[in-house]
Amino acid sequence: MVEALTIVFAVGHTRGWRSAFEGVAAALLVLTALVAAFGPALVSVPLNILRLVVGGVLLIFGMQWLRKAILRSSGLKSMHDEDAIYEAKVAELRASGRSEGRDRIAFVMAFKGVFLEGLEVVVAVLTLGTSAHRLGLAAVVAGVAIVVVAVAGVVVAKQLSRVPENAMKMSVGILLITYGTFWTGEGLRVRWPGGDTMLLGLIGIYAVVSWLGVTLLRRTRASVSDVVA
Amino acid sequence: MSHQRPLVLRLLIGFGRFWWDFLIGDTPELFVAALTVIGVIALLSEVAGANVAAIVALPLLVIASLSISLYRAQRASRKL
Repeated sequence: MVEALTIVFAVGHTRGWRSAFEGVAAALLVLTALVAAFGPALVSVPLNILRLVVGGVLLIFGMQWLRKAILRSSGLKSMHDEDAIYEAKVAELRASGRSEGRDRIAFVMAFKGVFLEGLEVVVAVLTLGTSAHRLGLAAVVAGVAIVVVAVAGVVVAKQLSRVPENAMKMSVGILLITYGTFWTGEGLRVRWPGGDTMLLGLIGIYAVVSWLGVTLLRRTRASVSDVVA
Repeated sequence: MSHQRPLVLRLLIGFGRFWWDFLIGDTPELFVAALTVIGVIALLSEVAGANVAAIVALPLLVIASLSISLYRAQRASRKL
């Protein structure tokens, strides 16, 4: 959501806020319609199948997130820089000429930014919410999170770039991979020892693995640099 | 060319592209790994009825998949 906020700020600042806000509103409307259309349908799918599909998706998504966060922490991949993204987006928008009346480019950029980022949130809300049979609660919590990010973005726009984003992403990656593992198992009728408390064990295992991954990759990187020097 | 396509087709292509980027993107090995993990655990749990083996194998296979992907990324970064 922080990425979407960065895009909206860049668009609003360079091309005008009206079209940017219209793009945001249109994207939120489409996302709400998607939740309303697919949410009730997902609830009627048999729980084991739902958990297997959701577990599989979360497993892939979690591994992707964790991989990226480990590579960033170990220095093999550059850190996500919101300031650089903002500057690049502003330069791109300034390069494209300005139109009279409603700014089509501003609308499309804001819409795409919010819609694509929001779609990830919608997938997470639908999958997590329906698997736990708490779709309403998941949707409300996601809505609150969106409002908090938007308000925080407006109030502390500059300070936002100093939030340790990678640490947050690593935590989210660990949670996603944990739920992915757990629900994949449940979907395939694996009986976890301790039931839901196994989630805590899995979080611990993946946290240790992430720490080991970062440490090992840092060491390897340092030894390669020593050999090159 | 893309402007000549009907709106429904463009939306379907966009939807397909989203899922492709979302699930496969630049890490196809993780997608294949997740399918392999599901296949192996299905064999252990549903066919062989080996619950303990499935409990141990599931996180181990996930960790192995992640490690292989990290190793590939590390090798790719060395080549650059």
